[in-house]
Amino acid sequence: MALYESVIIARQDLSTQQVEALTEQMSAVITDNGGTVAKTEQWGLRSIAYRIRKNRKGHYFQLTVDCPSAAVAEMERQLGLHEDVLRSLTVRIDEIDMEPSAILQSKGSRDDRPRRSDRDDRPAREETAPVAAPAPAPATTTASEGEA
Amino acid sequence: MARRPFFRGRKSCPFTGPNAPKIDFRDTKTLSRYISERGKIVPSRITSVCNKKQRELSKAIKRARFLGFLPYVIK
Repeated sequence: MALYESVIIARQDLSTQQVEALTEQMSAVITDNGGTVAKTEQWGLRSIAYRIRKNRKGHYFQLTVDCPSAAVAEMERQLGLHEDVLRSLTVRIDEIDMEPSAILQSKGSRDDRPRRSDRDDRPAREETAPVAAPAPAPATTTASEGEA
Repeated sequence: MARRPFFRGRKSCPFTGPNAPKIDFRDTKTLSRYISERGKIVPSRITSVCNKKQRELSKAIKRARFLGFLPYVIK
């Protein structure tokens, strides 16, 4: 079996629960086709650099899976049909990195940029942010519920 | 020689060596250093990225663009 990483962008007006449901659904597709989901990450609502189907923002999430190619093909087929999915990219990887990916590590500082006015009183939090503070950072899907 | 905008003497490739950063299409901070103000990929003769890493880098930038982490054009 091969390792794959799949980043999926869902429509911006979905709720967090709906995004999690979608994550579950795609994980189910993988497991049904004889694969295992090693890690899922919710990156939350992020702004997209350009408009995709009239959306300026999107819910990003990532699945790291170990599965036969047929399972990936099936997942990609379903993602293509799914109306709430704006875009998805599946990449073959050599090894699974269990650390939270680069996006989550820099997320604290990037999120703080728009609301700079209240930044002065908590520079310390930014320091600790990549390690512990942002709830979605750990691998599980349930992690982001604390913020919701 | 000093006229050239990015020229800082002979520099080795920033992605080669023991503690060089990994090229990752999710790592917008690193990638954005290798695109121009217009959003184009900066040629390696200016950034001194080696050939092999430049190929990796361009792939990563293109993936990042596809997923909306980086823009295709900045107007």
